[in-house]
Amino acid sequence: MLRLEAIDAFYDDLQALADVSFEVAEREILALVGANAAGKSTTLRVVSGLVAPRRGRVLFGDTELTAVPAHLRVERGIVQVPEGRRLFPFMSVTENLLLGAHARRARAERERTLDYVLALFPALADRKAQLAGSLSGGEQQMCAIGRALMARPRLLMLDEPTLGLAPVLVTKIFETVRAINAEGVTVLLVEQNVRQALTLAHRACVLESGKLVLQGRARELLGDERLKRAYLGL
Amino acid sequence: MDPARRLGPAQIDVVAQLGVSTVLLGGIYALVSVGLTLIFGIMRVVNFAHGEFLMLGMYVAFWAYTLLALDPYVVLFVSIPLFFGIGVLTYVLVMRGVIHASHNVQIFTTVGLSTALQNAALVAWTGDYRTVRPWHSAVVIRALGMAFNLSQVVAFAIAVALTLVLFAFMKWTHTGRVMRATAQDHDAATLMGIDTDKVYRLTFAIGIACVGAAGVLVSPLYAAYPTAGLQFVLLAYVVVVLGGLGDMLGAMLGSLIVAAVEVVGSYFFGVAWKEVFYFVLFIAVLVLRPAGLFGQRGAETLGV
Repeated sequence: MLRLEAIDAFYDDLQALADVSFEVAEREILALVGANAAGKSTTLRVVSGLVAPRRGRVLFGDTELTAVPAHLRVERGIVQVPEGRRLFPFMSVTENLLLGAHARRARAERERTLDYVLALFPALADRKAQLAGSLSGGEQQMCAIGRALMARPRLLMLDEPTLGLAPVLVTKIFETVRAINAEGVTVLLVEQNVRQALTLAHRACVLESGKLVLQGRARELLGDERLKRAYLGL
Repeated sequence: MDPARRLGPAQIDVVAQLGVSTVLLGGIYALVSVGLTLIFGIMRVVNFAHGEFLMLGMYVAFWAYTLLALDPYVVLFVSIPLFFGIGVLTYVLVMRGVIHASHNVQIFTTVGLSTALQNAALVAWTGDYRTVRPWHSAVVIRALGMAFNLSQVVAFAIAVALTLVLFAFMKWTHTGRVMRATAQDHDAATLMGIDTDKVYRLTFAIGIACVGAAGVLVSPLYAAYPTAGLQFVLLAYVVVVLGGLGDMLGAMLGSLIVAAVEVVGSYFFGVAWKEVFYFVLFIAVLVLRPAGLFGQRGAETLGV
């Protein structure tokens, strides 16, 4: 469904990604793991269009995305939940959710999707009129995921959705991601919580200093000696 | 001679007159300021050329009145779409290139635009004071011990109506929501599928349409000349800071405060002192409450 081919990306002169190639299959959950500054977020930003790669191609289905501006990629069903939630803090929960359905393909079914999202996150339904900036961390993450779902994604990209959350909320978020995937949404997940991410995902890619060093079935990677030593502290 | 004295002490109630003058003047200031605060609130750009668009609006009214004998209130219907178009054009040709640049670059750009427009007006129309005197500017209404000019009342009513329409548009329409979202988080807005370039273009166009309308509305009250915008735009900065940068209702209240300071100060100490009073107020607010009198703390960096 999504294919990255030999991507090089830079922030000014600093190279963030070097020759990164991988594929995400329809309906799978692919976890992107690695240390801080390994290039995980940059990879998502290249797919969503916030960062333009200096070299390489991004293909979504049969179409090449390189020349498609970021806001039109949402129209194709590529939706990113950015790191740190990035809600609109001075707007209510409802306003945030409605903005998620800005894309033309999502706007027609806005009311129905809103009902679905509020059923998925009942906590948000109780806080509809509250300013998003005043929600707790867990509620903010739910609101951010809910806002992304409002766009009716075909590919949902989540950047560190459990960062800074209590363990019980981490489990809740992972369960939600599984449920969203079960509805047919392809998921590209960036996580520092490597063990839980690998338990959830079908396949995984490991990034190190901007290079893709390892990829394979998530279950097999869980048993990989190198990965265990580097990320699981075993 | 002070206008109250000319009318005779028996015919005028000073306190009521000062009050009504404040409100009428405040309405006009609000319309000048609301476009500035909108552009700042959404785009984080201080438009130093704002006064020059007001000046152009005054000239449009002057030429339409002189050449075509059109009343400014008729011209208003043409000038709003005209200045919307001028706003789009200015954004595409000038502002788009600097929207993501540093504040210094933006300041140089808009100050440069201001100077260019002033001098273009000077070359095209000379430095003469041009006045529009439609019938309504000579009509004085007297009621309850107050006297005011019909043009001023109409300008006030239209200014308040336009400000309220704009406020409602920002608060309750999807497009208004999209504009606020872009102000609060540009990247997150892009990830929602929002074309932020289009949002900035629309914002700038609406801001310029407001100030163009303001120029036409004040034309029966103030003379048009190439630097006519300066006297208004200076106080519009005061209004915008008082109201909390980017806050539209704040700008309206700020307008009333500045108008009150001007009216009361001019009455007791003379017209020449009015700038001193509102700039003292301006500095006091900057020192004591940098987020503005009505602004939410932190909102100045995020926009509301």
